[in-house]
Amino acid sequence: MTDVPLPTARVALVGNPNSGKTALFNALTGSRQKVANYAGVTVERKEGQIATASGRSLSVLDLPGTYSLRARSPDEVVTRDAVLGKLSGEAPPDVLICVADATNLRLVLRLILELKAVGRPMVLALNMFDIAQRQGLRIDLEGLSREIGCPIVTTVATRKRGIEDLVAQVENLIASGVLSTDNIWREPDAGQIRDAHREAQRILKGNVRAPERPDTFTGKVDSVLLHPFAGLAILFTLLFVMFQAVFTWSKAVGDLMSDGFGALGASLVAHLPAGILTSFLTEGLISGVGSVLVFLPQILVLFFFIILLEDFGYMARAAFLMDRIMGGAGLHGRAFIPLLSSFACAIPGIMSTRVIDNRRDRLTTIMVAPLMTCSARIPVYTLIISAFIPNTKVAGVLSLPGLVMFGLYASGILSALGVSFITRRLLWRGAVEPFLMELPAYKLPDPLNVARSLYLRAQIFITRAGTIILPMMILVWFLSSFPGAPAGATDPAINYSLAGRIGHLLQPVLGPIGFNWQMTVALIPGFAAREVAVAALGTVYAIGNSDAHPGALATTLQHHWSIATGLAFLAWYVFAPQCASTIGVVKRETNSWLWPAIMLIYMTTLAYLAALVVYQVARVCGLG
Amino acid sequence: MVSAESRAMLAKSAETAAAKAGRTLRLSETKPGDHGVIVEVRAGSHSGGHGVAVDELQRRLLEFGFVEGAQIEVLHEGAIWRDPIAVRLDDMRIGLRRRDAEGVWIRLDAK
Repeated sequence: MTDVPLPTARVALVGNPNSGKTALFNALTGSRQKVANYAGVTVERKEGQIATASGRSLSVLDLPGTYSLRARSPDEVVTRDAVLGKLSGEAPPDVLICVADATNLRLVLRLILELKAVGRPMVLALNMFDIAQRQGLRIDLEGLSREIGCPIVTTVATRKRGIEDLVAQVENLIASGVLSTDNIWREPDAGQIRDAHREAQRILKGNVRAPERPDTFTGKVDSVLLHPFAGLAILFTLLFVMFQAVFTWSKAVGDLMSDGFGALGASLVAHLPAGILTSFLTEGLISGVGSVLVFLPQILVLFFFIILLEDFGYMARAAFLMDRIMGGAGLHGRAFIPLLSSFACAIPGIMSTRVIDNRRDRLTTIMVAPLMTCSARIPVYTLIISAFIPNTKVAGVLSLPGLVMFGLYASGILSALGVSFITRRLLWRGAVEPFLMELPAYKLPDPLNVARSLYLRAQIFITRAGTIILPMMILVWFLSSFPGAPAGATDPAINYSLAGRIGHLLQPVLGPIGFNWQMTVALIPGFAAREVAVAALGTVYAIGNSDAHPGALATTLQHHWSIATGLAFLAWYVFAPQCASTIGVVKRETNSWLWPAIMLIYMTTLAYLAALVVYQVARVCGLG
Repeated sequence: MVSAESRAMLAKSAETAAAKAGRTLRLSETKPGDHGVIVEVRAGSHSGGHGVAVDELQRRLLEFGFVEGAQIEVLHEGAIWRDPIAVRLDDMRIGLRRRDAEGVWIRLDAK
């Protein structure tokens, strides 16, 4: 009767992992999505809006996937608390949409029984219904709906089928004024879980007939991909192709961006009067933003592969194949993906450790992630290798620089395994989290969903990394620019700055590992991002714009450093926590200063010892 | 050498398959190809050293569908120490470590 807009209703999506929940969320909300964090925890909060045909607006929350309300990981705690309406800063949902893979109903039926106990109005979305039909799976929808006491809608999220029905059912529930009943959910004990399974089994038997043409594809593919030896060989081949792609496909774009930011900085220098403002804009702001964005292509290519393999159902298999190999070092199979991401950049790697249930497993993974050779180390490695490693062949075919590069990657991986092994032995003796993982049926990835996930990854990286990296870059710019050089100064301005003073102060400590004061000074700006050390070395050696002579810096270094010093610098960079942003992300993800402090100390100690050993041994070998 | 070895293993598993039917054993002791029914999911019958309490491990196994009466078939095993194992549990596929499977007892079917 009235034209007063209806109040916004809150809807929450719950379901097992691999049920196509995110695809359904995308189909429901399209591009009207917002990603943030839940208050106080670092779990992604995905919310979207729907405007229904009747003019009501629905706000849809995509909750992390779970098998049970008995939460174990931080993600699952969010799901439980949101469903129970106990999440601080969140209004309780008016309606739940339980998303189920129609071809795999057993476990979700048990979850539905738990959700029923919570007492909120609920709709069951039987997703991937096309696959169920193709398999000849017969589901008595009316019977099932009666049994579980809530309406059922069949959907095919990837084809946007059933979406309007689903929204209409949600509206029906709201309009009919079905209210939440009392929450009688309690954490089930073993006996109650058994009872729930028996009940689920009974419901299944009464309403679902086994598929006439069950999926044999997954079994066939698995007999190859999970083969003890062929499976591992395929995994390593895939990784190899992935890294090739990360570094070749993204190089052109990354170079273009880095040139673009360089040109932008140069044109500002040309057009603005020299002074603090210009210096801030070019060296602080633009190079800060640039240093975040140049990694974006690499990260996107890497995530493109990860999302593709994840949607195909392969990532669970990769974790399965790698579990024993990583388990020997005390890492969980699920740590595989975060560590893989860390080869592009430790920041998305550390952020993706949220999939690991157990706190200890997660912390161990976070602590070793920065030891993986991230792409920011590559410019430093390339510079030093080109200056100090002769371009000769070993055994006639292998190039020595290539071997050294490989050795640096290998030392990163081996030291990560070693550190996690020792952490396990010293801190958390013997406690190993169970490894239980569903191996979902293989599915063809949906291009639109892959694109959307990729866009989301980019958005998250830019906002999160940006908010940390940018202030760090500005701080480092401040340290390297103030106070300015006195009149008539002959040395580069950085020597007179705070960074310069810190560098000179630290020099006696770093002397034994072969670092001269110029290197020590260059380490300070290098703290903002590793590759900045290259530019900083250029600054201290007053190369100025080394663009005109690309090899100029390498040549200068050859004159000023011994080979032993060069090698020690490489060893230092394998281990040194030379990235303030990583430390910042660790602080955020662990919600404490303790872990970043431990990381800073252990990595610096390792770096110092490694550089010390390399320098002293090289001197003994006559390379000093 | 490898093929001779695997032939020997195949022969051995073929000869034991018939003898094994009706036997009850821990899931952690099974080989790929073994199939049967879960007869018991125990808490605290494993060697310890888990990051979680024994009844928590039992509950997790139950939640994943390792319940008495469920049909199970061992599909694959890893390369190192033949661990972890992949099983078909009713209509799902699950990967788990052998040490976490110690509390699950199964009665093997005849081939």
